[in-house]
Amino acid sequence: MSDLEAFRAEIRTWIEANCPAEMRRPVQDESDICWGGRNFVFKNDAQKAWMEVCAAKGYTVADWPKAYGGAGLSPAEAKVWREELACAGARPPLSSFGIWMLGPALLKFGTEEQKAHYLNQIARGEIRWCQGYSEPGSGSDLVSLQTFGEDNGDHWVVNGQKIWTSYADKADWIFCLVRTDKANTYQGISFLLFDMTTPGVTTKPIKLISGNSPFCETFFDNVVVPKAQIVGQLNRGWDVAKYLLGHEREMISGAGDGGQTSAIGNVLRRSGLQDPMLRAELAQFDIDALAFAACGEKFLDEIKVGKAHPAQPNMMKYAGTELNKRRHELLMAAGGSTALEWDSEETRGGAAARSWLRTKANSIEGGTSEVMLNVVAKRILELPGA
Amino acid sequence: MPLYHTEDQAMLANSVSGFMADEGGIKKQLRHWRDTHCKDGFGHGLWKQFAEMGLTGMLAAEEDGGLAMGHVEAGIVLAEIGRNLTPSPFLTTAVMGVTALSGGSADLRGRWLPGVIAGESVLAVAVDEGAKHRPERIACLATRAGNGFRLTGKKDFVVQGASADALIVAARTSGSDSDADGVTLFAVPKNAAGITHNSVRLVDSAMASHVTFDGVELDGDCVIGEVDGGRTLLNKVLSAGRIGAAAEQTGVAAGAFGMTTTYLKTRKQFGKLIGEFQALQHRAAHLYSEIEIAEAVVLKAQQLLDGGSERAELMVSAAKAKAARVCNLAVREGVQMHGGVGMTDEYDIGLYMKRERALTEFMGDANYHAERVAQLSGY
Repeated sequence: MSDLEAFRAEIRTWIEANCPAEMRRPVQDESDICWGGRNFVFKNDAQKAWMEVCAAKGYTVADWPKAYGGAGLSPAEAKVWREELACAGARPPLSSFGIWMLGPALLKFGTEEQKAHYLNQIARGEIRWCQGYSEPGSGSDLVSLQTFGEDNGDHWVVNGQKIWTSYADKADWIFCLVRTDKANTYQGISFLLFDMTTPGVTTKPIKLISGNSPFCETFFDNVVVPKAQIVGQLNRGWDVAKYLLGHEREMISGAGDGGQTSAIGNVLRRSGLQDPMLRAELAQFDIDALAFAACGEKFLDEIKVGKAHPAQPNMMKYAGTELNKRRHELLMAAGGSTALEWDSEETRGGAAARSWLRTKANSIEGGTSEVMLNVVAKRILELPGA
Repeated sequence: MPLYHTEDQAMLANSVSGFMADEGGIKKQLRHWRDTHCKDGFGHGLWKQFAEMGLTGMLAAEEDGGLAMGHVEAGIVLAEIGRNLTPSPFLTTAVMGVTALSGGSADLRGRWLPGVIAGESVLAVAVDEGAKHRPERIACLATRAGNGFRLTGKKDFVVQGASADALIVAARTSGSDSDADGVTLFAVPKNAAGITHNSVRLVDSAMASHVTFDGVELDGDCVIGEVDGGRTLLNKVLSAGRIGAAAEQTGVAAGAFGMTTTYLKTRKQFGKLIGEFQALQHRAAHLYSEIEIAEAVVLKAQQLLDGGSERAELMVSAAKAKAARVCNLAVREGVQMHGGVGMTDEYDIGLYMKRERALTEFMGDANYHAERVAQLSGY
């Protein structure tokens, strides 16, 4: 038996012994996701136990170094971990923007103190992070952002407004793009971290077409941010932001996520529908889903060994989000009038319809599909004037 | 196993791509054989060179003189064949034919494989009956006669059939047309009495035959594998052909795409390079994305096939369907973005469109494989 196969056997046994049965059922909706954080209310004891037992072994962030709360797994081992989780039908023990976005950025740009402090908190699910990027006047054109941090000796005084801040009302800390030099566009932005309970920070949820409010407006009124809470160099926050956006796009693409990209044709068998045209559409979708899942696997494998094109996350984000939107269009079609129900118990409060509406944001948030195509044209295809 | 080429595979890709760019290019091969009205539609000299490179015996077992490689490696060669539109018997002979014969007796392998591996003989595969791929139904009949069989019936779309030294024929030895059992594979030598080839040139300049078997007498030792139990082996041959064609399609798509992006960077209109127009940039970027996805699913299916996974069949059909759709998009966008010159015979982009069409039909089109994906997924 190779080392990797021995490791696989060990992981399989460990998951079998430690993953509670409730955590091996498919995630039905938002409320099943374990986000962690100071104010997080666990849905049940199993969710808490699963997060804690994984955190103790470093499995919430399996491929991070042990010193920062990870398990120090190699790329091949981390892949085995993901495969075995999927094989057991086990839910991710902890999901968070800290894991997907801030963590990778800190690993690359953070100081030793920042890494030791923040990464361990993320790994243990203690601090929930939100992302302060977009502003009312700065959507696709993010670099035009106006939120300003005035230098005041040992701290900045931050004033301005962010928008579309996901879960700002539930987050403990924010990683935030703040202009620290008005004379320079790209090289006038800094990447700051601060506590959402700092005086002057307020949030206001935005009601979306899904009826839910996962996004907020976030206001900063003379918010004091100590200078130690900058990641990377002063005025070079755009580098950190771009690096982090790569990870965000990877996350939104659903690469490596069996849930978003899995085949859906089986809804026909479950519902007993006899609709040859819909069946054909579902089969076409399933082909695209299987193919995209393979592409996600390849992309993640290549990233680990530095073989992926640096702009590839943009392509993955484009393809993955467009696929996910199509997925939910088809699920609505398969659901017929039942899927229209908005708050009935049978539909778990209109879960299908609300998810369908939610997916429309996939190709807008974290960079629109159109911006993704621009980036691919410019950086990968090197088309002129792009 | 990581889903990218190993170092050995990357080295193979590197050497094959250099070799094919030098020897297998459009002018030297496709246009040459087309414009000289070659009855084979491909060059035997290049086939011999394939043998010298060790490509002809890639899939054959070591004991048969082969290299015992897998579909990932064969796919590397096929992608380059696709990129260069090289007319070659590689897919039918070295991939499908060798897969079929590897299920046969030592005598049978000894009779045909050395010639194939030496680049001296060529095989063709006779499965289809009618204009669409439907191997679930096999009517071509082989009845017992003495110690052997008598073969009667018709096969269509037998690519390079008239040039082949032997035909791999799927025939019915018992049961009715649509039965899974009762199918037997035969290696039929070209000089057997009663075979007629109606050889036709296809849109992509390849040659294919409508083959008629009129009471062809076959020895018992022409049987590959088990009498009546040939379906399993046939499925292996079909999977090999399907994933091979899909790999070739990704090469065709990449070749057409490369040619098209080059054109976008050189052609000027309205005082600008046409690649500066966002309307074209977005379409090109979308196509890039689709080609990346098709290449990934083809590699995934190759790996699963080589690993003997139970998911291989599903993934092969997904790959064949995806590669077909993406390749089709690549050649349509290619011709459109080339504008008027894309319609001329002088430019190569139209040749990609022709090859794509032929490859799509070969071993089942996108709809055929979508149907299979639905069935294999249980709906």
